Order: sequence, then C-alpha cells, then structure tokens
Amino acid sequence: MSQINSTEITKSPRGSVGIERSFSKRAWNRFKKNKLALFGLGVILLLIILALCAPIISPYNPFITVRNEFGLANTSQPPSSNHLLGTDNLGRDVLSRMIFAGRISLSVGLVSVSIACSIGVVLGALAGYFGKWVDSLIMRVTDVVICFPVLFLVITVSTMLKPNIFNVMAIIGLVYWTRVARMVRGEILRVRELDFIQASRALGASDFRIIGRHVIPNIMAPLLVQATLLTAQAILIEASLSFLGVGVQQPTPSWGNMLNAATSITVLGFRPWIWIPPGLAILITVLSINFIGDGLRDALDPKLEE
Amino acid sequence: MATEEVLLEVNNLKKYFPIKGGVFGRVVGNVKAVDGVSFYVNKAETLGLVGESGCGKTTTGKVVLRLEEATEGEILFEGRNILELGREEMRSLRREMQIIFQDPYSSLNPRMTVGNIIGEALEIHGLAKGKAKEKKVKELLETVGLTAHHMRRYPHEFSGGQRQRIGVARALAVDPKLIVCDEPVSALDVSIQAQVINLMEDLQKEFNLTYLFIAHDLGVVKHISDRIAVMYLGKIVELADKKALFKRPIHPYTQALLSAIPIPDPAIQREKIILKGDVPSPINPPSGCRFHTRCPYVMDICKTEEPEFVDWGDKHFAACHLEEGAPERDVL
Repeated sequence: MSQINSTEITKSPRGSVGIERSFSKRAWNRFKKNKLALFGLGVILLLIILALCAPIISPYNPFITVRNEFGLANTSQPPSSNHLLGTDNLGRDVLSRMIFAGRISLSVGLVSVSIACSIGVVLGALAGYFGKWVDSLIMRVTDVVICFPVLFLVITVSTMLKPNIFNVMAIIGLVYWTRVARMVRGEILRVRELDFIQASRALGASDFRIIGRHVIPNIMAPLLVQATLLTAQAILIEASLSFLGVGVQQPTPSWGNMLNAATSITVLGFRPWIWIPPGLAILITVLSINFIGDGLRDALDPKLEE
Repeated sequence: MATEEVLLEVNNLKKYFPIKGGVFGRVVGNVKAVDGVSFYVNKAETLGLVGESGCGKTTTGKVVLRLEEATEGEILFEGRNILELGREEMRSLRREMQIIFQDPYSSLNPRMTVGNIIGEALEIHGLAKGKAKEKKVKELLETVGLTAHHMRRYPHEFSGGQRQRIGVARALAVDPKLIVCDEPVSALDVSIQAQVINLMEDLQKEFNLTYLFIAHDLGVVKHISDRIAVMYLGKIVELADKKALFKRPIHPYTQALLSAIPIPDPAIQREKIILKGDVPSPINPPSGCRFHTRCPYVMDICKTEEPEFVDWGDKHFAACHLEEGAPERDVL
C-alpha cells in the first residue's frame, strides 16, 4: 500500500520552492520590503530604548529646576550647549523632560491597549463562538459603549476620578475594547466555519481548546494590526487629555502636558523650543506606529503571498 | 470484508435550517436539508451516498457525527442512540467516528505543524503523551504514505493530495470504527484521486474501517462502495447493493444519474437521460414524490402521495410509485 504515492512525495516543496519554514518568517520577509514600516519600527525601538534608559541618558533631573551659580532658576533658556533643547518656564531641562515623557506615552499606549485587547478578545471570542443570545447581549453592550463620544467621556471620568496616569490608561482601555471585540467577533464568525474547526470538534476537543488553539492563533494577524493602530490612538488621547490638564499632572512630564505650555502667547510666539519638540515627538511616534500597523497588515495577509 | 452486522443505523433523520426574517428574527420557513432519511451501514463496508449538489449529502454526514444537531430522528451507533448522549458521553464516543473533509486546504489548521495536528487527536483523548505521542504520529504518517520528517512541517508546504493524507492520518489517530468521508477526493486531480482512493481502500482492509462515503462522482462511488444510497432533495430515493443498483436501477432519478456517467470510449453509443428543469428548492419541496416535477414517467398519484421507501426484494430499497420501477433502458 505504500508504493502508490512515491511520485507525489518527491514533489514535496524542498529547496526549489524555498526553505522558508514558518509563517512568521515569511511575514517578516514581506515586512522588510516596506521601507516606511521599517522606519517606523526603527523609531519605536529607539523610543523604547530611550524610555528604558531614561534615568541614565537624560542630562538633568526632569522634575527639578536647574539653578545657576547665583541660586537663581534658569527659566526659559533657549537651546545651548548646557541645555540642548533649552529650559521651560520653571527652569527644567526640556530634553530630560522629553525623554521621561516618552516613558509615559509609550506605557499609556501599551497598557491601555493591553486592557482593551484583553477585554475585547474575551468578549469578542465569546460572542463570535457561541452566537445566539450571548452574541446579542455582548454586541448590544458594545454598541452602547461605542455610542459614547470618547474624548468627552474620558474627560468627564478622569475629572471625576483623580486625574493621574493610571486612571487615564484604564479609561482608554475601557473605551477602546469595543473595536477589538467587534473585529474579533467578525473574524471568529469567519474562522468558525472552516473545516479544521469542525475536525477538532469531531475529535472531541473542548470549546476552550478550540478557541485557544485553533481560533485565536488564526485571528492573530488582524488582531495585531488593530492593536498597533489602537496604540497610536491611545497615545493621542493621552496627549490630548494632558494638554487639556485632565491627564498626566505636573510635575510628571508628558508630551501632552508639555504642549500645554504653548497656551501662553509668549511661549507660543517666542519660546518655540518648549513646545515644538513634544509636538514633533507625538507626530513622529503616532506616524511610526501607524506605518508599522500598515506594514503588518500587508505582511500578515496570506493572500499577498508571492 | 463487509459483514451483516449493523454498525450505524439512521432512522427518519431530519435536519431543518430555520430561515429567520423580520425585525424580531421570527422563523419564516425552513430549509429542509435532510428530510426523513433512513439507512444503515454494516461493519467494515462502504456505503456510498450520492446525489446532486445541495441534496443534503454533506448535512447528513455532519448530523451523523453530531457536528450539526438533528431536528428529528434517531442515529444508532452500535445500538446506542447518539442523539440522546450527554456531552461527556458524546466526547468519548467521538473516538469511534471520524470525518475526512472535501477541501484539503481548509481542513488543516495553517498555524500548526503536521505533528501537532495529528497529535492533537491523541492528546484530546489522552491516548499518548510526549515520546509515545511522537512515535505514534510518525507511525500514522507512514501508514498514510508520508514520512516521519514531515511532522515538523506546516500544511502549506504540502500538495493537495498530501494534505488529504494528513487529514486521513488525523482521522485514524483515534482508531475509529466509522469514518465519514465527505467528498474526500472531489478537490483533487484525477491522478491523485486514484492514489487517495487506493490508500483509503488499503486502510479499510488493514484497520477494518467502515466508511460512509459521500460523493457526487459516480465513478468514484462505484469503485469504492459496497452499497450505494441515492439522495434527491433531502430524501434517499434508492438504496441497494452496488451491483444490483447498476444492473437494475428502480427509481427514474437513479437511472438518469447513472446515464450521466461518462464512458471513456467514443465508440460506445448509449441513451442519455437528460432531466428537464432544475432541482426544486428545499425550502418548499414539491408535494407527493419530490421528483415528480422532473420525472419522465410522472403519474397523477406522484403529485399527491409520497411513495414509501420499501424493500423491492434482496434489500434493494426504493421509493417510487411505478409498479415495475423505471422501465429498463440501456443507460450503461
């Protein structure tokens, strides 16, 4: 019985088709071709390194006013060799504050998206997999949450609670899970009908196992893309809140509350070193993350297989 | 070889899919995919289930494995009605009955290695762990004509025929008695079809397997089956031994179906029965005999009364009002 298939076996893809083995390796090869995405990845990696090493790298303590030899505060100094990006109106080093603010922005992005994904994946998976009344219930709740205007809700809640970074993270996560949940539900509805899920069911696999081992790994691609794009949004929301004064509070630096200084006409007009760097940082970070998201979307789409 | 001992018996099985409409999702109708089907499969035999697209063959197969819940009826596996089994009982019974799918591309999880795909079956039922599992997976791969080193690869690295072999290995992993083969070769090249069919026949002999073989390709079914059931619009119209069915089809639909098998010899001339019209909708099947809208021998009684599915002698079952069955015609 084993002779019948000899011709077929020798055709197995080896060498000629390429030895690219796993899915992730092929995805990385596609990702590499997207120069913007690579650029974005580089920027984010750099930011992560800066954030991790902030206390070592930053030239001054970001919380403390720098004083000159006469004991006076070096307020609003333009960029110089001592202060590469100058000092702010309280005499703190802008570059040091920028580096420390990067920590805040990145962690807000990561933590709030993690919260959003954990809630969203669980609820979306339940809704998509079990259907019927579970689905109706979860999706109606989702619809209600989607109806809230995000910024308004976040401002209200964060003024009611104490405006600090942890509340900001929690609120953003609790608002954005709906997007993850909807996407996960849709993907699960698609994957659920595939034969290999039926095969596992026929083998007697539990629902838990089917969701964990078969469904979730097969929706990782769109989930990753969604999570990346949400991270950029979360960073923007944090910046907006801090700019409005209901997010991260002084003296903790955040790109958003550093921008807040630009509400003063003098700063806006005559001290651009105080507000241009945080503004640019937000712009470049969000842009980079979005580039990565786009790159991932293409890289993880198996239909674009070359 | 095939015995007379019944492994699977299906009685009056129905599967309706509700159609929901309106604002409140009221049930406005039913797609009667399977509408009162009865048949039995003996131990170690192959029952071929044939019919046009959409006649309910695949649904029947899935309901038998409880991948879809039956609306009504009885499914006896070794005498036990599996529709009455609880969750845990059903889980352990799943070892006994497996399925092979039509599409070799969607039937394997693209994110798992072949070793994990086949090994999962062993894990779920706690049949083997660690080294023993690996050994068993290697054995299975060799049984289906692949080699042990294939277990570290992903499904996309295989051809359609090889993937189908992996599907067969997964089904075999739990040592089943019954395998529902849902058009296992329809998606393959003709040359590969023969290889997979031969493999399945060899495995049947080796492991004493029973097949419920669903297909629309009569050539394949004729080759592999011991007995054949013909389905039309959710009902079985004829069920007989392969030889008897091909020799003397009783139901006019079976006759028409058989006349459509291509003969690879241009010199042979024979009559082809071309049916008029389309298959009616399973939402609103015709009254009486479901085939009456297209039957060349339709009588008045066919339009009002449903013919009974009875034994015409020698366990040749058919549902037709014609006294002598369809007139003999030289269709083969």
